Amino acid sequence: MYRYDPYDQKIVDERVAQFRDQTRRYLAGELTDDEFRPLRLQNGLYIQRHAPMLRIAVPYGLLSSTQVRKLAHIARSYDKGYAHITTRQNVQFNWPELKVVPEILGELAQVQMHAIQTSGACIRNITSDPFAGVAGDEYLDPRPWCEVLRQWSTFHPEFAFLPRKFKIAVNGAEQDRAVIQCHDIGLELKRNAAGEIGFRVLVGGGMGRTPIIGEEISDFVPWQHIITYNEAILRVYNRYGRRDNLYKARIKILVKALGVAEFKRQVEEEWAFGKDGANTLTEAEVARVAAHFTTPAYETLPGEDAGYAGQRAANTAFAAWARRNVLAHKVPGYAIVVLSLKNPTTAPGDITAEQLDLVAEWADAYSFGEVRATHEQNLVLADVKQADLFALWEKARATGLATPTFGLLTDIICCPGGDFCALANAKSIPIANAIQARFDDLDYLYDIGDIELNISGCMNSCGHHHVGHIGILGVDKNGEEWYQVSLGGSQGNDTSIGKVIGRSFAAAEMPDVISKIIDVYRAQRQNGERFIDTVRRTGLDPFKLGVYGEAALKERKQHA
Amino acid sequence: MPKLIKNGRVIDDAAQFLVLDEGQGPEALTLPDGPLFVPLAVWQAHRGALSGRAGLGVWLDSNENVEELDGNLDSISAIALNFPKFTDGRAYSAAALLRSRYGFKGEIRAIGEVLRDQFFFMQRCGFDAIQPKAGKYSDTQLEEALTSLKDFSTPYQAAIDQPEPLFRRVPRAA
Ligand code: HEM
Ligand code: SF4
Repeated sequence: MYRYDPYDQKIVDERVAQFRDQTRRYLAGELTDDEFRPLRLQNGLYIQRHAPMLRIAVPYGLLSSTQVRKLAHIARSYDKGYAHITTRQNVQFNWPELKVVPEILGELAQVQMHAIQTSGACIRNITSDPFAGVAGDEYLDPRPWCEVLRQWSTFHPEFAFLPRKFKIAVNGAEQDRAVIQCHDIGLELKRNAAGEIGFRVLVGGGMGRTPIIGEEISDFVPWQHIITYNEAILRVYNRYGRRDNLYKARIKILVKALGVAEFKRQVEEEWAFGKDGANTLTEAEVARVAAHFTTPAYETLPGEDAGYAGQRAANTAFAAWARRNVLAHKVPGYAIVVLSLKNPTTAPGDITAEQLDLVAEWADAYSFGEVRATHEQNLVLADVKQADLFALWEKARATGLATPTFGLLTDIICCPGGDFCALANAKSIPIANAIQARFDDLDYLYDIGDIELNISGCMNSCGHHHVGHIGILGVDKNGEEWYQVSLGGSQGNDTSIGKVIGRSFAAAEMPDVISKIIDVYRAQRQNGERFIDTVRRTGLDPFKLGVYGEAALKERKQHA
Repeated sequence: MPKLIKNGRVIDDAAQFLVLDEGQGPEALTLPDGPLFVPLAVWQAHRGALSGRAGLGVWLDSNENVEELDGNLDSISAIALNFPKFTDGRAYSAAALLRSRYGFKGEIRAIGEVLRDQFFFMQRCGFDAIQPKAGKYSDTQLEEALTSLKDFSTPYQAAIDQPEPLFRRVPRAA
């Protein structure tokens, strides 16, 4: 993974000093709340229900074991002993005190970490495929490009006060695992017909209160020009994006208002000036960065480890975990392991300091010292020998990190919601836990198969409910917490936005509602099709009928 | 006298800003003597008469495009770009455009809600003059604020103050 050189380190150290002074001036009354807000936000610091919340950048989800240990240390020393993995591959602490945040940033800088631009109206942390470099369907490794873009976007002077936040995601494989269609800019790294490297560029996607799927603005920008092309997009957005209404300030609204053709025309006109300018990438720079992402020292192993097959045959619990949480690796004899953070007794994405320390230990022992965070709020050890899987599983199981449900109904994406977030309409974590408690039968979960259930506590959609096969959204009805259900959303190559099925539900009803939806699916599915395929084939009607009943539906029609 | 940060130092500045009252058109006009910034609308309405005036400045609000000045920059010695709110970042692009695309060599001044934690970005985008609102900072605070111009010593990306990105400026070891 990328290691800082003295230049990278200096920028991060200078940031710590800068923020220390900003915090000092704020506490001394020299900065007003309004003036301090964007400064702290650009350091990932929110003021929340109970305490500030600090979001730490995990560039494209990659962590070294040293960094994971530092996170454990921070959780123990400055927080309540746990951390939270976010839906943009970052890490959040929910309880740090404002005055110690400069200390925390100082600690992070020691391990080449920071909280730069993890919030605020700027270019945010760049996200990517958690299986980069190890997935069999990869065209090209996105990580060097993510790092090049990270450096370019860090303290970009022209784009520090955009109309609104700006999120970029990069994917370089057949399957999109970075939700590129729901980002302000989504980049698909690929080769063109001539074999040259470049990017398909999508623009104007996003969730929030107006979910929109990004549209293609260029089918191929050669790699040399990706920075100047991004700068052209950002300049058009910075100049003409709406600033009069927070809810209409994202680039997606500008793209919709102009139409993608006109937006593209403006970008290309702007790009004509910037193209071939100083920010044009050089082969030397790309090679320098790419040299940090070389193939680890894999051993030459048989494709199927004999012991691994035997362990699966002998131990059904291990076999279940291997079936769901162990994924194919492009190198024979190796595997990708998903360490689940969806233990039904904890908040989705939460991990304790002790667990973090253990994960660091396993990373060192089994996976070349690296860990990845996923936007689905799990951790990944990307390079585990099949022969080590059983030992790893036993350790993970002992500490609750081997829930064998990756990609199943209870592998829920869930925002912090009303328990932590000041913007929430409703709590989301207890809903996730209640659904996990209801669906605790593994065989049943396996029978339901691949499905995504996502929960957000409000319209901001931090929990990606729009792209959940089942989406749950917290709504406020006369000061009470209610939940709206949508079906048919999807992330990945065939991204779609879910549709609301009808009136919302009280918290206590939610497990039953999900049960009814699953019952409809099991009754309707044909030839083992996935949940989402059934919804797409049948439409919402059978599900509405199953959830609300005939009488209720009729009554609704009459009222409508 | 109002203070101004010019080329990294605090100086006194006597320039006046002509501001049209709400509903007031740019037509009727009595201009005070001395260094002066006029609004874009006034400059557009009186271009001929104003172009002879020495030390003329024009100020633009954040919703006014620098393209409106294109082709006529020679007769202007300074351009002030207003930050109605410090979170309104349009003037960063405006300054960068003036310097790069339109080759403007005169003063570009940041006015309005100008705060020290933005100085670094402003300077990088081509502002060589920065004028926080009168009374925003005491004289001592303003002197202290000069350090904010140097918050980061080696930025990554190319911008106006540093037209080469780090990867072209220095050899970086892999
Ligand atoms: C706890 C305090 C939080 C606040 C105040 C907050 C605020 C917001 C707001 C206002 C939006 C909507 C922006 C828009 O679309 O215009 C949003 C979207 C989003 N947030 Fe959060 N958020 C919080 C926590 C989180 C957490 C914990 C995560 C990750 C688990 C997260 C990830 C996201 C994502 C992925 C989106 C939607 C992506 C998109 O905008 O297209 N946020 N957040
Ligand atoms: S979706 Fe709403 S409730 Fe959930 S974290 Fe985001 S802002 Fe808070």
